[in-house]
Amino acid sequence: MPELLLDGRPLRVADGTSVAAALALGGDGCARTSVSGQRRAPLCGMGICQECRVSIDGVRRLACQTLCRDGMRVETRP
Amino acid sequence: MSDAVDLLIIGAGPAGMAAALAAAPSGARIALLDDNPLPGGQIWRDGPHAELPPKAREMRARLDACANVRRHAGCKVIALAGPKRLLLEDAERGWLLAYDKLILCTGARELLLPFPGWTLPGVTGAGGLQALIKGGLPVDGERLVIAGSGPLLLASAATAKARGARLGRIAEQASLGAVGRFASALWAWPNKAWQALELFDATYRTGSHVLAALGSERLEGVRLQVGKRVEEIACERLACGFGLVPNTQIGEALGCALSDGAIRVDAWQASSLADHYAAGECTGFGGSELALAEGAIAGHAAVGMLAEARALWPQRQRWQGFADHLNRAFALDPALRRLAQPDTLVCRCEDVPLSAIGGRRGWTEAKLSSRCGMGACQGRVCGSAAQFLFGWQPPAPRPPFSPARISTLAKLADAAESQAPDLSSARTPG
Ligand SMILES: Cc1cc2nc3c(=O)[nH]c(=O)nc-3n(C[C@H](O)[C@H](O)[C@H](O)COP(=O)(O)OP(=O)(O)OC[C@H]3O[C@@H](n4cnc5c(N)ncnc54)[C@H](O)[C@@H]3O)c2cc1C
Ligand code: FES
Repeated sequence: MPELLLDGRPLRVADGTSVAAALALGGDGCARTSVSGQRRAPLCGMGICQECRVSIDGVRRLACQTLCRDGMRVETRP
Repeated sequence: MSDAVDLLIIGAGPAGMAAALAAAPSGARIALLDDNPLPGGQIWRDGPHAELPPKAREMRARLDACANVRRHAGCKVIALAGPKRLLLEDAERGWLLAYDKLILCTGARELLLPFPGWTLPGVTGAGGLQALIKGGLPVDGERLVIAGSGPLLLASAATAKARGARLGRIAEQASLGAVGRFASALWAWPNKAWQALELFDATYRTGSHVLAALGSERLEGVRLQVGKRVEEIACERLACGFGLVPNTQIGEALGCALSDGAIRVDAWQASSLADHYAAGECTGFGGSELALAEGAIAGHAAVGMLAEARALWPQRQRWQGFADHLNRAFALDPALRRLAQPDTLVCRCEDVPLSAIGGRRGWTEAKLSSRCGMGACQGRVCGSAAQFLFGWQPPAPRPPFSPARISTLAKLADAAESQAPDLSSARTPG
């Protein structure tokens, strides 16, 4: 059961949980804000649309193709 | 120093796994890479809410036992780095991998079409929702509407219901006649008939499609055309998928010829480019059974086991028949071209509305005047949509094929003897 930090708040999730799922488990499910200011959440679930991009340990990654790991720091884009 | 293998397989779905298992007895050094963290592709996507069928578990165990098959998970192809050499990136590093033979098993993605409100949080693809749920997305108690086309709607509904979602409607755009003809011919593929019966849901309606997703900050409901009536349903989730689009990007960049938007192959699953093969849904939609047969043929053929490959031809033909039948039944209604309104965003990466690109003569003109397709997804969502909406040829793939780190791109300099690809668009916007 990894515990990660989602926007600074601790969140414990089941093994094998994707970061995309963690966004909904520990927040409002959104990953980023679009160029015109709309909040966006994962769309395709499979690495195509790039709507789920977040910062993970300081590196931009796709939430839907990344598994939660203990100690991971995930920042959504306000 | 660059790393080298005899056979590189891109994509670890049913086709890629079957290809690796078919080629492994030859003793060839094989690398199987996939951008997902776990093998299985779309249908056998693993995760905390996934239940893998015995066939998938058995194939995974057999792959684990093959000492000559290296697996690279969470690994993407970034660029071509000279003849038979690719630049790859995973979470830790970027590196160059040279190969002698290549099998493309890159599968398919969902066709996502723009309609008013489709950018609201709560709206996902249909297969997209299924994938997110398998990865642990909670949907317990949520009201859900599924719309679009094809058997994936039923598969997605079954996954969501099993996790406690309350299904309000499945809206299939194909007509009752088309779906009826499809169902009545399923006796020829009995296991498919069983699957259809198991997945059927009482909320299923034919001749129906989404009109708009409703809500301000996030999804609150959906407006549907259900036959001749307009229906509004309150819901927290809307999952829309309009069929599948083959992932041809890497194949196209390598120079493999396409036909009907899929990688063209011969009876050995060989593409138009020597030593480059393709199998599974990147060669056309056909379901997992066809992908398994094609993958095994490609794997055998790539290592010269031609008799073994040929023995699988009848199996491939049987499932190709099913695929042809499926594709005819779920052809898209041209009325879906009118769902997007002038202010509906077509390009979600750059927030470009329909009004900014409608009336342009083609993709290049639309892109230059509006930045449509120039964002992080590189037109993989809006390019396919524009092809359906306006008949525009999607943009030619350009490296990097996925947004990449600068340190990875720097590795291209190591590929001394190769021509450096055009990196003017190398940094994709955040
Ligand atoms: C979202 C979705 C859900 C589906 N769900 C079902 C279902 O429930 N039941 C069903 O019968 N069929 C389902 N299908 C149809 C399914 O695609 C096929 O049945 C089967 O999975 C096809 O196998 P494949 O090996 O050809 O491709 P896939 O299973 O799609 O595998 C291709 C793999 O290659 C990877 N890949 C692609 N490009 C690259 C790249 N450039 N670099 C690295 N890796 C790459 C992909 O991430 C993927 O893991 C689904 C399809 C989609 C798109
Ligand atoms: S949800 Fe589309 S790329 Fe992650």
